[in-house]
Amino acid sequence: MSIEPRKPPLQFAIKLQRVLGGQAGWGGFVLQILFVAGLAWISYEIVSNASENLKAQRITAGFGFLANTAGFDVSQNLIPYTGSDTYTRVFFVGLLNTLLVSVIGIFFATVIGFLVALGRLSPNWLLARISGGYVELIRNLPLLFQILFWYLAVLAALSNPRQSISLFGAFFLNNRGLVIPKPIGEPGFEPFVVAVLIAIVAAIVLWRYARRQLFQSGKVIKVWPYALGLMTGLPLVSALIFGAPVIFEIPELKGFNFSGGSPIRPEFVALTLALSTYTAAFIAEIVRAGILAVHKGQMEAGSSLGLQRGSVLRLIVIPQALRIILPPLTNQYLNLTKNSSLAVAIGYPDLVSVFAGTALSQTGQAIEIIGITMGVYLLISMVTSAIMSFYGWRLGRSLGG
Amino acid sequence: MKRASLVLTLALAAGLSTQAVTAQTLKTVKDRGMLSCGVSQGLPGFSSPDDKGNWTGLDVDVCRAIAAAIFNDPTKIKFVPLSAKDRFTALQSGEIDVLSRNTTWTLSRDTTLGANFTGVTYYDGQGFLVKKSLKVNSALELNSASVCVQTGTTTEQNLADYFKGNNMKYEVIAFGSNDEAVKAYESGRCDVFTTDVSGLYADRLKLANPADHAVLPEVISKEPLGPMVRHGDDQWFDLVKWVLFAMVDAEELGVTQKNVDDMVKSDKPELKRAFGTDGNLGEQLGLTKDWVIRIVKAVGNYGEAFDRNVGAGSKLGIARGLNQLWNKGGIQYAPPIR
Repeated sequence: MSIEPRKPPLQFAIKLQRVLGGQAGWGGFVLQILFVAGLAWISYEIVSNASENLKAQRITAGFGFLANTAGFDVSQNLIPYTGSDTYTRVFFVGLLNTLLVSVIGIFFATVIGFLVALGRLSPNWLLARISGGYVELIRNLPLLFQILFWYLAVLAALSNPRQSISLFGAFFLNNRGLVIPKPIGEPGFEPFVVAVLIAIVAAIVLWRYARRQLFQSGKVIKVWPYALGLMTGLPLVSALIFGAPVIFEIPELKGFNFSGGSPIRPEFVALTLALSTYTAAFIAEIVRAGILAVHKGQMEAGSSLGLQRGSVLRLIVIPQALRIILPPLTNQYLNLTKNSSLAVAIGYPDLVSVFAGTALSQTGQAIEIIGITMGVYLLISMVTSAIMSFYGWRLGRSLGG
Repeated sequence: MKRASLVLTLALAAGLSTQAVTAQTLKTVKDRGMLSCGVSQGLPGFSSPDDKGNWTGLDVDVCRAIAAAIFNDPTKIKFVPLSAKDRFTALQSGEIDVLSRNTTWTLSRDTTLGANFTGVTYYDGQGFLVKKSLKVNSALELNSASVCVQTGTTTEQNLADYFKGNNMKYEVIAFGSNDEAVKAYESGRCDVFTTDVSGLYADRLKLANPADHAVLPEVISKEPLGPMVRHGDDQWFDLVKWVLFAMVDAEELGVTQKNVDDMVKSDKPELKRAFGTDGNLGEQLGLTKDWVIRIVKAVGNYGEAFDRNVGAGSKLGIARGLNQLWNKGGIQYAPPIR
């Protein structure tokens, strides 16, 4: 007698029932439907009542204002923007400024955090103490205070534009920030970029080939001289054939400020510095905890294989520690992004400052603008979480866990 | 700051979504026994707390006059300090009964915010403050300058219009609060600080060496500053409007804090109407007959309040200028009490 295999649709139905109703089965499912319907009804009531009352008080509502002209300027804009653009454009200018400071902040916070954690675990007494001192000092001071410290005490103490500190006559540092030569694309720019891309792809292919060789036959191929040759050689050849990719516009003191060149403003620098050093202190502790959580035996096993301390950390300990580190690390990334809204205190034009600040008070549409802003922060946070989850999932797969 | 605006927005959303609009502000204020008045976070001359925590200033005196007219006691007020961008939300949500916070009367604010301006307490205009060491004599010489402003005001738009109109470039650094903008200006981050001229004189006093800074002659905008109330309560709108008118009319009639007791005995018909010894004009506003006497006793007439807070009798020392009465060369003009 043969056992009939269960039919797939039936299995599907059971799965569905479990997902929707949990252990309570279909009864639980009905309860959930009722609960969701109740929630939907309450939110509908709140929204419709609010909009009626807004109408009754003749307060302008709705999102029509997004197409109106903003009429004010923003100092730092990654996309072209003037006062005659719309509030929608202002929104994107602010959003990009928030994302810029967040991404750069996250990068530096991670690097500094890992270095400080390794320093704190180092057998070197002095290094360990300095790293420990850094963590205790930075994480126990309020972030707003640190932002103001960098802005008002450090960067504002630089000299005025007329007495700038000059480097090679092309870089100028003063209390208005750092002005650097601005690259301007020439006809040779596109071939140059293509050459760089080809070099990068070729280097990666080469590296993977060398790795496969190492695993298959144990042959060690030194990749980096070839990679370096590719990376410098190809673009150089392109520049020789097609001409220089860019020329640099040298900043020049005109009137009150430098004209030409790209300014890196002290608001941006102070905010990035404060956010990355502050978050780094927390990341350092998370990384340290993750590394200490990997069993001591792993380290000893690595050492007994004859690996150096650095190699043991890189190849054995950190990959295992990462799985522990990842969830709290994601939290820190989210915190950093949200903390960037403290920008308004030092005049960095982030989303909260230009959109939930200036645009809000000019249009007076608080509910819509705060709603949009909250939605955007939620979206940024969820995207960050999704990326980190994906990374965690890949990590788990590669460790076979 | 951000948290405050968030809380206010939530309060606004919650208030709007749960209750019908109440249109009885005067009754609410009387029941509460206190007027809730929205003021600035500290602008000398207009609204700022002194070292004992007492609020003083021209905008504050408007609130004191309202409280005096209602309660015969100018101290029955809760002052709510508000940032520029939180002020309208606070009014809309019912957190405050009247916004008296150097707010410029514009068409869009009058129509889209669900609130009304009740008059003009101070005719102002936007100007520029620069360091004397820059040797700038006119705002037209400010090409390529860095400008510090407070975010959430009409200032940013006027600034953009002015520089664009004169084909000049500039860099704007916008701060969340006025003090932060002034501090950045003082530290050298900006060449210029801009706000309403009255504010420039007030803020200059906060600098380490006020004499090193000069207000440029150009006034680039019209900034009529006045109190605001919510839509939907015409009685309250009338009351707040007429308290200010009463202060201006009192000056025109020559009634001062000192002579008010003597003037009450006067036989002049216009004075008798104002003081309520003839007719019941005050009661028509929902107040008492002696409402003007209460106001003048508490804060004086408009000219006295002006002199004491921003004019010759104050540290700011601003000339009356446009704010002089209409029959003395200015444009302050109030409809008659009759």
